Amino acid sequence: MSTKKEQHWAKTRSLTFTVLAVWAVISFVIHWAGEGLNSPSFPGAYFMAGMGSQIAFAILVFWFASRQNKIDEEFGLEEK
Amino acid sequence: MIRLEGGFVANLGKVYGLYTLGFLGFVILMGILEAAGVENTIIGWMFVAFTVLIYALIGVLSRTMESDQYYVAGREVPAVYNGMATAADWMSGASFIAMAGGIYLKGYPYMAFLVGWTGGYVLVASLIAPYLRKFGAYTVPDFIGTRYGGNLARFCAVLILVVASFTYVTAQINGTGTVAARALQIPFEVGVWIGLAGILFCSMLGGMRAVTWTQVAQYIVLIVAYLIPVFWMSNTLGYGLIPHFAQFEAVGRVQELEALLGVGTLLPTAEAQAEAGKLAALTVGINDASESFMEKWKFFTLVLCMMAGTASLPHVLMRYFTTDSVRNARKSVGWSLLFICGLYLTAPALATFTKLSLLDPNVATSIIGKSVSEVTNLEWIQQWSNVGFLKVVDGNGDGIVQINEFFMRGDIVVLATPEMAGLPYVISGLVAAGGLAAAMSTADGLLLAIANALSHDLYYKIIDPKADTKTRLIVARILLILIGAAGAFVASLKLTSILGAVAWAFCFANSGLFFPLVLGVWWKRANRAGAIAGMVGGFGAGAWYLYMVQFAGMTPWIGIDGLRFGMIGMPVSLILMIVVSLMTEAPDAETQKMVDEIRIPSGKVVTNA
Repeated sequence: MSTKKEQHWAKTRSLTFTVLAVWAVISFVIHWAGEGLNSPSFPGAYFMAGMGSQIAFAILVFWFASRQNKIDEEFGLEEK
Repeated sequence: MIRLEGGFVANLGKVYGLYTLGFLGFVILMGILEAAGVENTIIGWMFVAFTVLIYALIGVLSRTMESDQYYVAGREVPAVYNGMATAADWMSGASFIAMAGGIYLKGYPYMAFLVGWTGGYVLVASLIAPYLRKFGAYTVPDFIGTRYGGNLARFCAVLILVVASFTYVTAQINGTGTVAARALQIPFEVGVWIGLAGILFCSMLGGMRAVTWTQVAQYIVLIVAYLIPVFWMSNTLGYGLIPHFAQFEAVGRVQELEALLGVGTLLPTAEAQAEAGKLAALTVGINDASESFMEKWKFFTLVLCMMAGTASLPHVLMRYFTTDSVRNARKSVGWSLLFICGLYLTAPALATFTKLSLLDPNVATSIIGKSVSEVTNLEWIQQWSNVGFLKVVDGNGDGIVQINEFFMRGDIVVLATPEMAGLPYVISGLVAAGGLAAAMSTADGLLLAIANALSHDLYYKIIDPKADTKTRLIVARILLILIGAAGAFVASLKLTSILGAVAWAFCFANSGLFFPLVLGVWWKRANRAGAIAGMVGGFGAGAWYLYMVQFAGMTPWIGIDGLRFGMIGMPVSLILMIVVSLMTEAPDAETQKMVDEIRIPSGKVVTNA
């Protein structure tokens, strides 16, 4: 295997780990706070479960797709 | 539409734009007919007949005898439309009919489903879908079979796929039956078979190609049907134009009312609950978030199981086989998530506004605190009590409806909202059409996933590798009918509620398939013995645990109940797969090279079945 492919995979892998780290925070860490997200003026727990996390996931996926495209192009491994 | 057939994919915007306008025009026409005095039943029939006919028409127009078209829609579906089709494929009867009701009755803990069923797509995008697209498989077991080699691995994957998807599809056919029975005023058992006929029309002649284009049409119907009542309620209740922003203020008001009316403190008496049977009174507040370790743990485990299930359910993964490139497979996951959010962001708002309509004494439609005779005389209360969806039991005999005396099935939050909030019947017809679209589109995807796995992987790859394309596609269609009929038969037995069966499907899939799929791409050392051990062990452990908890009366370990049995199956699968892989020989050089090929977007697909 050429080093170009190895480098491409190393970068792909670190991007994926970054995505998974952000994903874990939005999915689990935040919601572990539960009632702690609520304040008298705003239903934070309801907001995060019903809206915040979901929007963050969508942004995360689009961000991932564009970053991955850049990595593919950097090594000339994108689809022609 | 027929004229456009040649350049159909190039004209998608025009076709679906016209279709959407046509559908809105149809809704308005129905509104006019209602105002002119046409009976409700006829309007209900028209909604169901019109939409199902359109889907069937698309299904027939998309008929094909080419295997590439039949299995992967010719791999030419643009990212946005594939996202829309995935959203319809994904959002089942459970999402459409049961989600808002679940939030209404069970409050914050139930919202774990929302988080799990959206966050799973991050795993789909980053770990699995683009690589499977590059691989070029027709089905998910096709990937497992080729990556690990050997018929046994392929067979295990087929078996898990069939169990998971079949569990899921019975719930969907059940959903079509429920909606059809309500809208058409026919018995549930008949509704189930009518629903099945519609589903088969959409998928049989054109396979994945037909299902793709009907699912796009179904998404449009279901999202319109879901959004209109919520917007209407938010505005008539005076909370604001956009329910998604207005809901937070409404939550504050609901919480005031919940405290006032005794939600969570005023529980139904044992006699009243016995009389109400399976119906439930409201005992959980809308925003009682987790406080104890156990509550947090249960939220966490449910989110995790639903996410891993999302990333291993074959009917979802196979949607990404149809995009025209790896690049677009990734982007398409983002679009799927956006289209799914269209409904999932609305469900909590619907639950909240429904609570306001029923609980707030300042709102004309409220029923809590009114006299029993007044409430039981309401037309919608009578209608839905007649079909066993709700019941008023005056537990303390004071003649006033308290919060612990009003029992309901969660499903009516969506199905009865229009009537509850006093909207015209045309909105009820629209909601019925939406629920039907949601259940049918998911059933289509599932039936196709099962039939394709059996025809491609079991029949063609294992039993008769010399079969020609025509025979294979005929076998695929016969299987589709047989599996559909079996699904309808099981659904007519009404074994579990819609949601129970759905959560089981996710756990079956993640117990058996999640790690073999992910490690197949991400760990070159994973080999056949490890994958088989992971599939059999994980699936076996999960299934055993479900049986023990659900049917043999075992006390769940640390809160891991029947909805979460993936928490048992997944670790077993992971550990077995790693240990057995390391104890046996590494995969050969050819397999390793194949994995390298999967990891880069450029170049040809790895397999071409």
